[in-house]
Amino acid sequence: MSIRLTVNGESRELDVDPDMPLLWAIRDHLELSGTKFGCGMALCGACTVHIDGAPTRSCVTPLAAVAGKSVTTIEGLATPAGKAVQAAWIALDVPQCGYCQSGQIMSAAALLGSNQQPSDADIDAAMAGNICRCATYGRIRGAIHQAAAALAAPPAKGG
Amino acid sequence: MYLRHLRDSGAGSAGLTRRQFLELTTLAGTGLTLGVVLPGCSSAGPGAGSAPAAPLEMPFVRISPDNTVTVICKHLEAGQGVWTGLPAIVAEELDASWEQMRVESAPARVPMYGNLAMGGKVQLTGGSTAVANSWEQLRQAGATARAMLVAAAAQHWNVPAAEVTVREGVVAHAASGHQASFGELAGSAAQQPVPASVSLKDPGSFTLIGRDKLPRLDAQAKSTGTQQYAIDVRLPGMMTAVVMRPPRFGARVKSFDASKSRAVAGVVDVVAIPRGIAVVARDMYAAHKGREALAVIWDESGAEKRGTAQLMQEYRALARGRQAVIAAEAGDAAAALGHAVHRVEGEFDFPYLAHATMEPLTAVCALGADKCEIWAGCQFQTLDQATAAAILGLKPEQVVIHTLAAGGTFGRRATPDSDYISEVTWIAKATGGKYPVRLIWTREDDITGGRYRPLNYHRIEAGIDKDGRLAWRQRLVGQSIMAGTPFESMMMKNGLDPTAVGGNAAEQYDLDHAHVSWTQPKVGVPVLWWRSVENTHTAYSKEVMIDELAQAAGEDPVAFRLAHLGKHPRHVAALKLAAEKAGWDAPFAKAGGRGRGVAVHESFGTVVAQVAEVTVTGDRIKVDRVVCAVDCGIAVTPDVVRAQMQSAIGYGLSAALLGAITLTDGRVDQSNFHQYQVLRLPDMPRSIEVHIVPSSSAPSGVGEPGTPPIAPAVANAVRAATGLRLHRLPFDLAAARRASA
Repeated sequence: MSIRLTVNGESRELDVDPDMPLLWAIRDHLELSGTKFGCGMALCGACTVHIDGAPTRSCVTPLAAVAGKSVTTIEGLATPAGKAVQAAWIALDVPQCGYCQSGQIMSAAALLGSNQQPSDADIDAAMAGNICRCATYGRIRGAIHQAAAALAAPPAKGG
Repeated sequence: MYLRHLRDSGAGSAGLTRRQFLELTTLAGTGLTLGVVLPGCSSAGPGAGSAPAAPLEMPFVRISPDNTVTVICKHLEAGQGVWTGLPAIVAEELDASWEQMRVESAPARVPMYGNLAMGGKVQLTGGSTAVANSWEQLRQAGATARAMLVAAAAQHWNVPAAEVTVREGVVAHAASGHQASFGELAGSAAQQPVPASVSLKDPGSFTLIGRDKLPRLDAQAKSTGTQQYAIDVRLPGMMTAVVMRPPRFGARVKSFDASKSRAVAGVVDVVAIPRGIAVVARDMYAAHKGREALAVIWDESGAEKRGTAQLMQEYRALARGRQAVIAAEAGDAAAALGHAVHRVEGEFDFPYLAHATMEPLTAVCALGADKCEIWAGCQFQTLDQATAAAILGLKPEQVVIHTLAAGGTFGRRATPDSDYISEVTWIAKATGGKYPVRLIWTREDDITGGRYRPLNYHRIEAGIDKDGRLAWRQRLVGQSIMAGTPFESMMMKNGLDPTAVGGNAAEQYDLDHAHVSWTQPKVGVPVLWWRSVENTHTAYSKEVMIDELAQAAGEDPVAFRLAHLGKHPRHVAALKLAAEKAGWDAPFAKAGGRGRGVAVHESFGTVVAQVAEVTVTGDRIKVDRVVCAVDCGIAVTPDVVRAQMQSAIGYGLSAALLGAITLTDGRVDQSNFHQYQVLRLPDMPRSIEVHIVPSSSAPSGVGEPGTPPIAPAVANAVRAATGLRLHRLPFDLAAARRASA
């Protein structure tokens, strides 16, 4: 039985086991490799994607649960918050090994999508589920604040 | 990782005989290979403007007609920043603009890409040597390429080379008004003779090296999900494999029944390999399900069946025994301790630690006719290549290694038996090369898979006499990382493994009387270098005991250390800088459970001092602020230095507050991040300040040396706040309270 869903704005149909975690469907069958495998138990956040806009651990989300829904991966991140987060990540040189950063960015983009001026406590709550073994946490916090400031600033003229 | 001692020695692997390895490595001379212009880059035409579209291609630098400069990086990028630091060295001497710099991994090839800190015969990233061993080599490479661009320009413009200038990627002749880009000159530069010698810049004239913020070359790819890791490799027809490994270290497969496994949709093969049973499938989901359906009977007769509680008891007994190897001896420690005016004692327990890289171990292997290709975040290319070749009966040069960015390593990806590279090669061989194979370790495989930082026990007595002379007696008990590997014969002299005892107090303080000895227990748990290797435990006991001795003597912890670092001026400079920036001499408000502590340690040629401020609430330790001073010689890319100190502090803090692998009856108790806890964002110190000691010395490394001081600095801060001594890791304040009651 095939499952239809929207991925990064495109309608996709997958004819695989409906119990397959969304993570492996995305990686092995849709060939989108930006979403990472880290733990398989929703403990590290490396696999975070947006489902109908909400940050979700794809490694424990069965494909059947997203039938008819809209999935956004790092490759399709295009919201103003997402763009601001990525720009801040690059400006502050947040990544080291980089492997967890897709998940970090998806969590941060979701946070800024719902909370334009997060406090440090808001950041703690939203980002505690994303592990970074390089411990880039200080720069992650700084980049979220910088992205929030950029979103709050009036748009540049002539752009 | 720490393999400095491989210098001038052959090294073997489990897959190779020692002789095979020596043959391999002795083919390699050392020396710089800059003079070579690689074939395939000839061009005929003259003239910038009408220049031939051909690159200038040298072993470490390629200048392309599109005006990009690509640095060929012989080291693994695992987050530590070599893809930025090494290009910065080339760009400086080349006078390139940072915007035109690119980077790619070198192939596995010695001596061309050997690590010069290890004799040049092995291609290996470790021991925080990447920048240090590349420093002269890449400066020469950049200067050589620059000289050839200048020669080409002088020829075309018919002007003296001495009048040609290069600035930010533009070659120019002021008097004639000529100018050209590197890309326009590349083809002609490739036809110039390679200069026999080039002059290098005076460090005072550096413009890129030392620049406060040089953007990382990998930030864009790593912020958009486009950076490719081994787990992202896709080849036509590629299958995915997982391996069922023994439940106890040292167990072997007795028999297995794969019938249910083969019945899982998508499973294509189940094969036995020396480390277990591999299930090969069309995708990861099927491979995983296939492994769950596998029935294996294990022969555990040779397996390690002790737990860590029992091991620690045995270590304590061993520490009281006579059997030990002397690591350091000076004066008469026993007598001096007998008439010390202040004396402290301590016993320290350190757990096994997993590296827990974010990208679990992964490799892809494709076999062809007389050829094998491997894609992985390879950290020890020479050994991985030779090991795969030995498994397949190929020559090393028939094994092509594509080194990809690694999702972290901290030492884990360089193993004496090339563990996961061996596995993927065995699977490819066992399945006859029918398809490319991608091997993925799950997180559970990683956490339970061994190769841990060794469990350790230290017993220390330290004292000071009426004239202020120090006496130190220490026994360490912990597994050797080198024993039983092909490195044992060259790494261990007189039965002593330097990676078990290095960084102890006798090396780092002025001790009049010292006796440091080590006992090696026989344990079947595989161990490995873990970010800063032995310094993870030797720095801890040293800095905690020195601090307790200062307290016993009624002296300030910074002043006490300074008084005993007369032979260690770099320690002094780093310690003074950290203390000054932390405001050590200003009053510190201890109300509300606050405390402040300090530690200083040298590892891998770099000295790091840290001051930690903590708040203790009940049994909870919160690290509020860390002030870090680092002397790493010339800081090539200061923002990468800062990033590595921040990272190393977080990594060390994770171990101090949370990290422990324990075993019960030989089985690992932890399996994933719910049990092997690691530091998360809310617990990262809110303030980490990194200060770089000004230096004109050649650079040393920064990947590891920030880790050792953080745990003792925090422990000393907690003791200042609570009076509790933390001699067991990870920290457990409730247990410390009970022990002191």
